[in-house]
Amino acid sequence: MELELRNVSRKVGGEFHITDVSLTFKTGTLNILLGATLSGKTSLMRLMAGLDRPTSGKIFVRGEDVTGVAVQKRNVAMVYQQFINYPNLTVFENIASPLRIARVPKNIIKQKVAEVSRLLKLDNLLTRKPNELSGGQQQRTALARALVKGAELVLLDEPLANLDYKLREELREELPRIFAETGAVFVYATTEPSEALLLGGNTASLHEGRVTQFGPTIDVFREPANLMTAQTLSDPPLNTLPVTKLSNRMLHKSHIEIPLVGNLSELPDADYTMAFRPYHLFLQQSSDAMINVKAKVVVAEITGSESFIHIDVAGMRWVVLAQGIHNLDINETIDVFLDPAKFYVFDRNEQLVAAPGTKSVA
Amino acid sequence: MAHITLENIAHSYTGNPENHEDCALKKVNLSWRNGGAYALLGPSGCGKTTLLNIISGLLHPSRGKVLFDTEDVTGMSTEQRNIAQIFQFPVVYDTMTVFQNLAFPLKNRGRKQKEIEPRVIELAKILGLEKDLHTRAQHLTADSKQKISLGRGLIRKSVNAILFDEPLTVIDPQLKWELRSQLKFLHKKFGFTMIYVTHDQTEALTFADEVVVMYEGEIVQTGTPEALFEKPEHTFVGYFIGSPGMNVCACELQGNQVVIDGYMLSLGRKYPDLGSNSKIEIGVRPEHLRLVPSDREGLPVKIIKVDDIGRHRIVRVVFNNTKFNVIVSDMTELADGNCSLVFDTEHTHIYVDDHLVSGEEL
Amino acid sequence: MIEKQVNQKAWFMVLPVFLVVAFSAIIPLMTVVNYSVQDTFGNNQFFWVGMDWFRDLLHSERFHDAFFRQVSFSAIILCIEIPLGIVIALAMPRKGWGVPVCLITMALPLLIPWNVVGTIWQIFARVDIGLLGHTLAALGVDYNYTQDPVAAWITIIIMDIWHWTSLVVLLCYAGLCSIPDAYYQAAKIDGASRLSVFRYIQLPKMQRVLLIAILLRFMDSFMIYTEPFVITGGGPGNSTTFMSIDLVKMAIGQFDLGPAAAMSLIYFLVILLLCWVFFTVMSNIGEERSKGGA
Repeated sequence: MELELRNVSRKVGGEFHITDVSLTFKTGTLNILLGATLSGKTSLMRLMAGLDRPTSGKIFVRGEDVTGVAVQKRNVAMVYQQFINYPNLTVFENIASPLRIARVPKNIIKQKVAEVSRLLKLDNLLTRKPNELSGGQQQRTALARALVKGAELVLLDEPLANLDYKLREELREELPRIFAETGAVFVYATTEPSEALLLGGNTASLHEGRVTQFGPTIDVFREPANLMTAQTLSDPPLNTLPVTKLSNRMLHKSHIEIPLVGNLSELPDADYTMAFRPYHLFLQQSSDAMINVKAKVVVAEITGSESFIHIDVAGMRWVVLAQGIHNLDINETIDVFLDPAKFYVFDRNEQLVAAPGTKSVA
Repeated sequence: MAHITLENIAHSYTGNPENHEDCALKKVNLSWRNGGAYALLGPSGCGKTTLLNIISGLLHPSRGKVLFDTEDVTGMSTEQRNIAQIFQFPVVYDTMTVFQNLAFPLKNRGRKQKEIEPRVIELAKILGLEKDLHTRAQHLTADSKQKISLGRGLIRKSVNAILFDEPLTVIDPQLKWELRSQLKFLHKKFGFTMIYVTHDQTEALTFADEVVVMYEGEIVQTGTPEALFEKPEHTFVGYFIGSPGMNVCACELQGNQVVIDGYMLSLGRKYPDLGSNSKIEIGVRPEHLRLVPSDREGLPVKIIKVDDIGRHRIVRVVFNNTKFNVIVSDMTELADGNCSLVFDTEHTHIYVDDHLVSGEEL
Repeated sequence: MIEKQVNQKAWFMVLPVFLVVAFSAIIPLMTVVNYSVQDTFGNNQFFWVGMDWFRDLLHSERFHDAFFRQVSFSAIILCIEIPLGIVIALAMPRKGWGVPVCLITMALPLLIPWNVVGTIWQIFARVDIGLLGHTLAALGVDYNYTQDPVAAWITIIIMDIWHWTSLVVLLCYAGLCSIPDAYYQAAKIDGASRLSVFRYIQLPKMQRVLLIAILLRFMDSFMIYTEPFVITGGGPGNSTTFMSIDLVKMAIGQFDLGPAAAMSLIYFLVILLLCWVFFTVMSNIGEERSKGGA
């Protein structure tokens, strides 16, 4: 099946929750909705499921207009952040429940539950009740229930948010395989860029009810079309530096000068925003093209093998992600090095004009 | 402020600390110096929140003593212990303004308005709440509310310790960065003793000078973030810290050689004879493994999956039936699916029955 | 460009409801409206009198008295039952075996039918055979609710408190139980007094259930009929003749259909007005909350 949203908007009480969203999800793909809380992820999912009706625009399934069709008549399944299972039913009965409602013959139920429980590694737990399971197993059960009925569209609303960090990591690693085996359209909402990158698939970056970019996750990460997308996809946060280009010089107002290497020289005179990732900001100089900038340490965080150094450069807050342990004191002045070859360049309208490793877009 | 000591703390919710299996906390001994930043890290159900509540006095241990400096506070209430605590979900007094919220702990202790006001204003500035000082707290976003909770913890200069119970759970990733570094900054600035409970390794490692890793009611390792990363004393620490965690696989010891499924590896260390009944494993972090073309020396492995997560790639490789995760930044040399795995022997450890055994240098 | 596929057939689904509402509410109400603007001398002969009944009624001392009694009764009831309900809810245990015991004890009075409650108290308070009345008389208290208006009022008020405070308690208890533990712990840590905990945590969190409790208790007490009718029959004199009792007296006792109809309508409008006020207040608070949450 193919799901298409065409110019969909939804207005609630005079406020736009979703503004002019057009997306197409193909059969057997994993599609991630990435954005902060209240960016419209859940609203969009509700529209896709048919729980809400768009104020304008249309929704198509396999080319057929389903805009006004109620959720009961669509073949969708949903998994939520909370672990929603029937507390007094066993895992087997929980998974079998949608099939029982659909009056599927007993032997087929047994076979289907066995299949899906193997996929989700629940086959040893079928006789247990949900309260005897760990959080991860409860969420697996909920997921199994969504998968067993063979829904064409499976919506997952931050399904791992209530799980421990390590359990999240495990499930994240397994999910792509599970998704690949079922062949439905998966839509997965999350606030975490790292989750999107680990899951792969396609990502729609959302901000204030608008889709800022949609494409294969790694491409969206590597070549964000606009500053908003770049920020949404960055964890740790992106560093930015506003500059002005005027007659062959590119300057920040604090007199930081950017040498016009690579495609920077081709840009017309204007205001730009330079953006670069924390691991492209260095404590040592490794090439002559690097720009040396004085910075004041705000705070240094150590993760074991790396350090996050939060710095203040002429009133701008940046983060350096450096290999090794760097115990730096607050207010200490240090040298940091920028690599102009790693810059994303955004114009005054926050649209990408140049990305590292590519030719100028404009 | 005080030096906090826990002596033989055990706790059972069913009231029977003699039954070992039943205990949420088995036997905990800890000593925390004045002004340090500590983290309690572990999966849900490991007893970390129980331990925190015992320190704050919300829970009284079945056995053992809690000392603040030399004073036994085991039987004292939270108020008497002079402790501040920040919870998972923001707690604000809805009907009060931000100012009143922050001033509340001081007001309850009968401080004068002219003493309260400058303190509240100073703290609001640090937390970035000064614009909202006179707004009602209930109208704010989740992260501002959590800042208020934080502020109420920091407002009293005399507290013995500030405890955090997974305070960033409801915060979006981008804001997590901001709040986390702010917390670290506040610790450096005010020098409070801070104890932070979490299941998220990044939060624990970046926040604390010393991390206590807990597993099933026991402390498995206490150490600096660096020590936990470089030299995990227990396979659980290796697995729990790092993303992905440490690769742990069965091996044999033959003199100074480690044998993994027939492949001989020399670690340059000599291990004592460990007997044949013990479980012997080798542990190495994905960061300490390298992949080289198959014509070079190394463990011959096959690549089964590559996850490109933007900054680097996580490569899943297999040798016979043993899987390894490897973190790789440059894949250009690895054209086909077969390659050799090279161990950084200095960071490769031997575990006997899950505990680290350090060999003798040769 | 907005194409709504509104299904007009849906209106047929609503039709049965319309019919039921029409038969059960609109038609009887219209009959009352019809009576309130006409006079009759029997034989089904009616004369148009316009707004006369309303004018008479609004100027009649009897109506003023009944209205005043009614308002006073509701005010007294609310002033006692709401604080009392909160206090009892606060005192109830949050866990352990005490919870079911307290809840069942609280629910008992609510299970008893109105007229039975009236009868119980009518007998209970009798000076000759009632436990309460007799004991009071034996103690030398000059108490007789059939003769003394003050005693009659006190009896009815205590009976109502006995009967309905449980409702307020249960609602408040539900509100209190929904407050997460972290709030109490935080308050302890902040060094808040018991009073501050009530003022800044419990009361704000109970606000919504309290409004519902007030609304329910107000409406119920404003329409009270059965119990005072059983206990005092509106006496002694007219001292406990509340609006509903007066209305029945007028309509069925004296068979003054016109004035009675006018009175029912005014009664109805008063309740409607007050409900609207409550509804507006409540939805305003709700709106403030959702804004706060966004």
